Amino acid sequence: MATEGGHADHQRAPAPDDTDNPLAEGLERLPVHPTTLTIFGATGDLSKRKLLPAIYNLAHEGALPERFCLIGSSRSELSADDFRQLAIDSIKEFSRRKPDEKVLEALLANVRYVSGAFNEDAVYGELEKITDEFDEKGGIAFNRVYYLSTSPSFFPVIVGQLGAHGLDSHEGSEVRVVIEKPIGRNLQEARDLNRAVLDVLDEDQAFRIDHYLGKETVQNMLAFRFANGLFEPIWNRNYVDYVQITSAEDIGIGSRAGYYDTSGALRDLVQNHMLQLLCLLCMEPPVNFFADEVRDEKVKVLHAIHPPERGEVKDMAVRAQYTAGVEAGEDVKGYKDEADVPEDSSTETFAALRLEVDNWRWAGVPIYLRTGKRLARKVTEIAVTLKPVPHLAFNQGGSVGVQPNQIVLTMQPNEGVSISLGAKIPGSTMRIRPVNMEFLYGTAFMSQSPEAYERLIMDAMRGDATLFTRDDEVEAQWAICDPILQAWADDDAPVHTYEAGSGGPEEADELLRPGEKWRTI
Amino acid sequence: MSETGSVWSEQDTTPADIEAAMRELLKERHSETEAFVPARVLNLVVIVDREWSGEIRNRLDRVGSYNASRTILCNVEQGRQTIDASATMTAEEDLAKGELAVAHEQIVLEIGEKHLKNLDTIVDPLVVSDLATLVWSPHRHHEAVDAMRKLAQIVLIDSQNTEGAEHAVKRSRELADRHYVVDLAWLRSTPWRERVAFTFDPVQWRPELQRISSVSVRHEPSSAMAGLLLLGWMSSRLGWSPSRLTEHGGKTSGSARTHRQDIKLQLEPDSTMTTPGLAGITVETSTGMSISLDRGAGGLAARRSWPDGKEQTWTVTGASRGESGILGEGIRQALLRDGTYAPALAAAERMVA
Repeated sequence: MATEGGHADHQRAPAPDDTDNPLAEGLERLPVHPTTLTIFGATGDLSKRKLLPAIYNLAHEGALPERFCLIGSSRSELSADDFRQLAIDSIKEFSRRKPDEKVLEALLANVRYVSGAFNEDAVYGELEKITDEFDEKGGIAFNRVYYLSTSPSFFPVIVGQLGAHGLDSHEGSEVRVVIEKPIGRNLQEARDLNRAVLDVLDEDQAFRIDHYLGKETVQNMLAFRFANGLFEPIWNRNYVDYVQITSAEDIGIGSRAGYYDTSGALRDLVQNHMLQLLCLLCMEPPVNFFADEVRDEKVKVLHAIHPPERGEVKDMAVRAQYTAGVEAGEDVKGYKDEADVPEDSSTETFAALRLEVDNWRWAGVPIYLRTGKRLARKVTEIAVTLKPVPHLAFNQGGSVGVQPNQIVLTMQPNEGVSISLGAKIPGSTMRIRPVNMEFLYGTAFMSQSPEAYERLIMDAMRGDATLFTRDDEVEAQWAICDPILQAWADDDAPVHTYEAGSGGPEEADELLRPGEKWRTI
Repeated sequence: MSETGSVWSEQDTTPADIEAAMRELLKERHSETEAFVPARVLNLVVIVDREWSGEIRNRLDRVGSYNASRTILCNVEQGRQTIDASATMTAEEDLAKGELAVAHEQIVLEIGEKHLKNLDTIVDPLVVSDLATLVWSPHRHHEAVDAMRKLAQIVLIDSQNTEGAEHAVKRSRELADRHYVVDLAWLRSTPWRERVAFTFDPVQWRPELQRISSVSVRHEPSSAMAGLLLLGWMSSRLGWSPSRLTEHGGKTSGSARTHRQDIKLQLEPDSTMTTPGLAGITVETSTGMSISLDRGAGGLAARRSWPDGKEQTWTVTGASRGESGILGEGIRQALLRDGTYAPALAAAERMVA
């Protein structure tokens, strides 16, 4: 319907009021307030391999805030120019795309660096001075995001110092702190860390990264479950027989013995990433996708998993360590022969668990988790096996027979979903074999997914905590893993072994019910 | 990345034969390697003048990851009476263990002008069912695009390449009535729209949106349409009523009305710019503040200045996509929906009517 101006009413937006920004509506990228990002541990491995390249790629795509400033801080004695060169070298080596020299130069033109120990007052005085200078030059209070890319032992130190120097808040802008896993090495440490952080910050200022949540395929689980009416009716104990969640790597620990030998597979992957996958698989649909609504549902799942009693651990958890073997046709060392691994190390490089989510939806459905280094191939997947058909009219002679349907969500390498179905083999008799119906991300969306850290850094700058874990979530995850770790620490029995390049230790089979098998890695 | 492919061709053929050949090619490739999987995202139908087909194929080759799953390239040759066709199915060759080879399929049809008015009957058997179909006619075979109206859900255009802004807007509006339109001229303005929106987003600057007194857009001389769409976007988002722009002294200018004030609008060609697209934008407000964004090294050079002479300058980082990037973005946009284009186009129509 045209107005007297001849312009259809429905096509013209109403005049804005002072608080609106109608220009932002309909844009694929939403505005982010001007931000100063400070990376503590800026010269460390994570910063070089992941954070700096992620920031570059955001700059390349024009996704950074309109005003963006970067500060690096670590103990290394570097000038701003030295740090700039370190950043350039890291970005050139680790970025997913070849950097554009001009974008690189523009991004790092004003980068600053503060050297010093994380407990030194002078570091925070200098940071305050620099961030205030950026505000002054920009004519606006920038949001501050502090990224703690450091050992967890420094989290309370840094957060405490931010508080002591009044940097935990800033008038006219937001202050956020991003913390990397591991959040503690056990439940008590996690509680202490959370307390130390929340003594200074509000929960909505704390962004605890689990980078798996930044992966497109992990987020697609939410779309898969809650944007399709097809699956929800069967997503429960009435139809699901069991679930296997696998996160397998074909590589060894490389040069990371210093970290890995004090961590092990359970802390490294099960306590965080795999339990997050379990939550996304088992949670109830949230009423909306705001951060707390989603996280509330995940916490409910974690609270429904009863932590094992000491005596139960040996029946529900298996640990093992890889020995020498063959990977991709090449001989590879065993774990204890890797550089810097103590000869008497009992650290597990493989962990498998049987858990149950004791609620109306999932009671009685075993959920098997399995992770390890130096397994046959790299794969992260969730396989949901449905109960077999109640009655089979077909004679199954001459075929592999009817297999229970399986829905497999693969996070890597071939991201997508496959459903195995029974189909007739062409011929004069009714013989059935399993076939796969596949949806693969790469065939359906054409583009390359952003790296997880790019998404997470942007979300932290935007203040969207949906893909970050909450304090109670972290503690609930530790509550499940802690008794297992304590039992293993007290157990003098040797850690099981498996050959590098294999599917893991035979002992893992004992977790399964009769007739069940682990999926081939 | 190296690729391997299968090829089929036939002269004086039919769509049914071509479709059967595609099915055989798929079976053949899959029997060679089980890792071979067909892509199933989007059909792309491109209608081109035969003598320029190579150039278009080069542009399509450079879109990178934004390949359509099946591309049907219709080479139009004057006087041709029969249909010849060739088909290829290619996929990456060097795969790691467990990886899949995603196939890309291309059919090249050699057709005559007589085939254009019923092009849908030729193409219909060849598109993959249940996928969205995007049609693109860079050489203005409007008859062919019109013939595809029931088969194609999306039309890719570049309104910048249509002679005369008034004609370009009219054609775009006609197509938008029947299809979802992806306009490359609109996409060239995306980074500018984002940056203008971001510049006014901090709470302290939002009231300035209602105090805008003039907008001047600088553009590469042949890219006036991108500039017009940018002005149309601001008008439609901010509730302005623009009137016709007129040319004077090499610039095109006019005004838009709001209930508070009139706003000066201007399009200014920048002859120093050699790549298509926009060169810069300056927004002034009644408080005397001026914000300029201009193409610069590593992104956009931004400047905010006040009547008292105070000035801030900074760089908004971002790499130029280039023309191959724009085409790839156009193909990607076929899967999305942008509700702000149609109102911007309607506002632009008022500026050229």
